[in-house]
Amino acid sequence: MRIRFRLDGQSVEVDVKHTETLLRVLKDRLGVGSVHFGCGEGSCGACIVLIDGRPRYSCLTLAGYVDGKEVSTVAALARDGELTEIQKAFVENNAAQCGYCTPGMILIVRALLEKNPSPSDEELFDALAGNLCRCTGYVPIINAIRSVIKR
Amino acid sequence: MSEQFSIVGKPIMNAQLLGHVTGSTQYVDEISFPGMLWMKAVRSPVPRGKIRRIDTSKAEKLPGVVRIITAKDVPNNIHVNMAAIGIGPPDEPVLPEDEVNYKGEAICLVVAKDEETAAKAAEMVEVEIEELPPVLDMEEALKPSAPVIKKWGMNAFIFGSGMDGATRPGRPGRPLFLVKRGEVEIALKQADYVVEGSYLIPPIEHAPIEPHVCVAKPEPGQRLTIYTTTQAPYFVRDNVATILNIPPSNIRVVAPAVGGGFGGKVDPEFEMQVAVAAMCVGRPVKWRWTREEEFTISTTRPAVKIEFQDALSKDGLILGRKARLLHDSGAYTRTSPYGVIKATVNLSGPYYIPNVHYEGYCVYTNRQPSSAMRGYGVFEFSYAVELQMERDAKKLGIDSWEFRFKNAYRNGQVSATGKLIDDAYLIEVMKEAVALAGVSLPNHLLQMSSWG
Repeated sequence: MRIRFRLDGQSVEVDVKHTETLLRVLKDRLGVGSVHFGCGEGSCGACIVLIDGRPRYSCLTLAGYVDGKEVSTVAALARDGELTEIQKAFVENNAAQCGYCTPGMILIVRALLEKNPSPSDEELFDALAGNLCRCTGYVPIINAIRSVIKR
Repeated sequence: MSEQFSIVGKPIMNAQLLGHVTGSTQYVDEISFPGMLWMKAVRSPVPRGKIRRIDTSKAEKLPGVVRIITAKDVPNNIHVNMAAIGIGPPDEPVLPEDEVNYKGEAICLVVAKDEETAAKAAEMVEVEIEELPPVLDMEEALKPSAPVIKKWGMNAFIFGSGMDGATRPGRPGRPLFLVKRGEVEIALKQADYVVEGSYLIPPIEHAPIEPHVCVAKPEPGQRLTIYTTTQAPYFVRDNVATILNIPPSNIRVVAPAVGGGFGGKVDPEFEMQVAVAAMCVGRPVKWRWTREEEFTISTTRPAVKIEFQDALSKDGLILGRKARLLHDSGAYTRTSPYGVIKATVNLSGPYYIPNVHYEGYCVYTNRQPSSAMRGYGVFEFSYAVELQMERDAKKLGIDSWEFRFKNAYRNGQVSATGKLIDDAYLIEVMKEAVALAGVSLPNHLLQMSSWG
């Protein structure tokens, strides 16, 4: 089937199989580098994208589902080279080591803060429950996010 | 200090951070080439068995399948990972010829136009295996009654015959690495207390978020470029050169950002297969492991068992230690002899013990091969040594801080391997640590130093 959607603000048209996941289409067909394969079963969060502003595991989303929708990745956040507040906070807090989980983390935080600009720690941990990091032990990530939460 | 230096003492930014937060860091999974093919493995369903028949005829007929690779296609099939530092003999096939030695071992490789077709064809390959009784426990593996899985006749690595890279070949070897100093039996007899302890460390999976992924691209003139997620590009180059029988200078290894390794990407455990496949078909080939393969096939930290017998005097000194260490190498050698040596020479920990007898065994079992993981060799013995220190102190009825201060290395002492200690700082480090932890220690301990 032929689908048409907006990827980071640009319109994309691509032929996909009914069984093909959005992750496969983004990575293997469209060469998107900022979305990562980690588990393929919605456990790690490395493949998260925003679909119409809502965070979704692209490994569990069929490509056909995004027909007519807006898909955003972390690559589109910085405007004219200017990092967003949360990206800056990740840099300042050294909140990434290998960086493989970072795009998913940033997108999930962005979606959370848009819904709720001052989440409690419990709400924050709840939002991050589906994003795994094996390098940092999470402390610098939590510190980075806390630094941009308005309390 | 920060006033004198421009870098030392000042925070500097991780050079990759900007790439990480903007999603522009390049990992291997982003790399692809026109005409690139995909690969999947047919894996052993049993931990040990004889391969009776491999029938690829049905799989080969599936549209999109380009080639099925077996042991016959590998120019120099049997290798050992650490040959470059003299570890041998070669004991691991790139693809098994007649027997499988762990569950999930790749039996043959399917190269196809896409990942899905390769996976489907891999399921269509018929493999007939005569299952043999596996060895899954280290203690069992060392018993004379155990099935022998190594060609040299026992389930342990032979140290001291030139096989370990540290000794001259031709000498009689023995199936253990031995560290001996003083007279441990006399110390055990003269001791006021003998304290025994046994410690087990399970195998641990590194579980990086990025699974193994590699692309091999043939270049003109028997050359090859390998793009892989690796912590050790030179191990990849040397081992691929060995198994392809081509000079290492024909191979270029490109190692982009690694999405987590922790030691799990030290062994070239899948690049060799991708390289063989790419050379066979003359096109770029990509192999991306699944999360399941990451857990069940890639190396783990070894399972380790450590047993201690400590000879203690009632005034709180360790007079001697007898220890036995078993290290589960899994089915093949990989880096394990190095890990065993590193652990066995350090079984005193950072403490002075005049009489020691340490035996380290590199044991083979029918499990996925183990290898490096953060603090390889060190984590395992540190865990056991420090728990044993607690146990010893309890038996003596003294505080374990006191016990550690008393037995910590002093400069001028000699280690278990005969090294003159000239860089001991344990007492000073412990003083700093107790201050930070808010523990108050008696004055006689705070007055101790590593120099006297």
